[in-house]
Order: sequence, then structure tokens, then C-alpha cells
Amino acid sequence: MPEEKLELVTLTDRQKKARRNRSVAIGLALGVLVIIFYVATIAKFGPSILNRPL
Amino acid sequence: MALVDDTRIEEAGFRVSEATAGDFFALLKPRVMSLVVFTAFVGLVAAPVAINPLLAVIAILAIAIGAGASGALNMWYDADIDAVMTRTANRPVPSGRVLPGEALVFGLVLSALSVMTLGVLVNWLAAVLLAFTIFFYAVVYTMWLKRWTPQNIVIGGAAGAIPPVIGWAAATGSVSLESVILFLIIFLWTPPHFWALALFKSGDYARAGIPMMPNVAGEASTRRQIFAYALVLAPIGVLPWAMGYTSAVYGVAAALLGIGFVGYSWRVFTMPDSDRVMKPAKALFGYSLLYLFAIFAAYLGDSVVERFLSMGGL
Repeated sequence: MPEEKLELVTLTDRQKKARRNRSVAIGLALGVLVIIFYVATIAKFGPSILNRPL
Repeated sequence: MALVDDTRIEEAGFRVSEATAGDFFALLKPRVMSLVVFTAFVGLVAAPVAINPLLAVIAILAIAIGAGASGALNMWYDADIDAVMTRTANRPVPSGRVLPGEALVFGLVLSALSVMTLGVLVNWLAAVLLAFTIFFYAVVYTMWLKRWTPQNIVIGGAAGAIPPVIGWAAATGSVSLESVILFLIIFLWTPPHFWALALFKSGDYARAGIPMMPNVAGEASTRRQIFAYALVLAPIGVLPWAMGYTSAVYGVAAALLGIGFVGYSWRVFTMPDSDRVMKPAKALFGYSLLYLFAIFAAYLGDSVVERFLSMGGL
């Protein structure tokens, strides 16, 4: 049985640049989302966030 | 022979995206979003319950993203008509910079994310109102009303009018008559604003087959209706003062702005049929943007000063 050869799509420079641009934006957006949820959790709990049994 | 070659990939409708983050940002309709952010902020600040400033920022951000998501869904669905209108031909989807599927997924993901964030971190009434707004704009207005009836922007205008109610709900967890009046101001402002645009862009809408009022009922009827809406809008703008929600300073500002709106609308109403330049319609379109910004700014200023004074001032 002949071995199947898989051809991959070769991205142009413009496509690579656009992909990198999108990846950076997605990374930043996810980072901001993490910070938002972290800060909001502290804001919602208020000072009681420090009140926990040792 | 290659299993997959470039030609067959293109034929199969597959194309590697060249869209940048800026193109996706354009899908959010930033200019519309800025108005949504501003009116939601006014609703949030004017509410009698003080909200944690961090949660307030998050609420406004979620409302902005939700509004942007509905804009992306609108651009996905309307790519065919956007392509034939000069005002919208360069949008990311009709210009080919963003693939339709990308716009759809982007809109759906941001819709879910914004509603869930608002619900989990602020409150679920505000989240439900935001979800309803997105649904109303993307499905009821974009997919149904826009191509079906000249009342499209009258009914669809409700989506653009809800943000101050969402802002109010984010702060208080409820909906009050005061926030409904803010809704009414934007709701009644929308028809004269868009019909003024439709008058001098009627060729665009006709080419796209959108039943805007000037194309269906004629320009004379549209001009009459613009003036009628202005006559209703002006007193509604003063209503917050009349009902005791604001000081007389807001009342005077709203009255003057309303008189201006009626004046600009009167010039459109009396515009001769032969006028193809339509300077009065263009002037009303510009003034209407100023009106909405100014009346909400006056409301915001009044609320802030009143709260400051109630805290004992300096």
C-alpha cells in the first residue's frame, strides 16, 4: 500500500503576521480576563477575604 | 500527486485568515459601543445605590463587550447588504478581511462571555437584560425587522435604548421608572436620528433593498414623522426634572436641547422636495448625536453634583 503524503498549507508572510497579531491579542485578552476575575473576587469578598480559620 | 492542493482548498471554500486584531475590533462597532458605554455609565452612576468602583468598571466593560458582540453578529448576518452600501462596504466582512464564520464565532463567544461575566461578578438581572439586548439586536432587529418593515429602527431602537437600564440594574439589582425614562429618551431619539440619515442616504438603502421609511413611505411622510417624534422627544427629555429626579439645572438644559431638536426637525419638515443636498437632514443627524450626548452628560453631571451635595459638599 503506497504511503499517503499529507500536504500542509504553507502560510504566506502576511498570513503568519496576521496570525501572530491575533495570537498576541487573544493572549492579552485572556490575561485581562484572569485579572478581572481575580480582582473582582477580592472586591466582592471585601475585608472578609482575610477572615479564615487557621 | 498531493492529497490536498491549494486550488482544491480554495474550491472547498477554505481560506487562511489574514484578519488582524484591529479587524476584529472593528467588528465590535466601536463608535456605537462608545455611545452604549456612555449611556450605561450614566445609568450606573445615577442609580441611588453606590456600587464598588471595580465592579462598576467590570459592569461597563461587560456591557460594552456585549454590545460589541451584537455588532459582530449584525455584521456577520448583514454582510450581503453591507457590501452594496457605500457607508458599510469597507466593513471587515464585506471587504473580505474577516471571514463570515470568524465573525459569527467571535460574536457568539463574546456574547456568552459578556453575559456570564456580568451575571457572575455583578448581578443576574443586569446579565439577563444584556442577553435580551444582544438577542433583540442580533435576531429580532437584524434577522427579522431590518429587511421586513420600515418600522425596523423604531422597534429595533429598543436594543440601543436598554444600556442605561442595564447600568442602573447593575448598581441596584432592579429596574425603576427613572431608568425607564432614560430608556424612553434614547428610544424616541432613534427614529428621527436614523431617518435623518436615511433621507440623505436613501439611494444606499434602496440599492440594498432595506425598507427604510423614505424608500417605503416617501420623503414627505418621513419628514413629517421626524418632526412628530421630535415633538414627543423634547418633553420626555424634561421628564426627569418634572418628576423630581433631577434639579432645575438639568431641566433647563434638557428644555433648551429639546427646543433645538424641534427646531432642527422643523427645518427638515419644511425642506422642499427639490432639495437633493438635504443640508437640514444632515444638520439634524449631526445635532441628534450632540443632543443625546449632551442630555445624558447633563443628567450625569446633575446626579454627581446632587450626590456630592447630599454628602455635605466640601
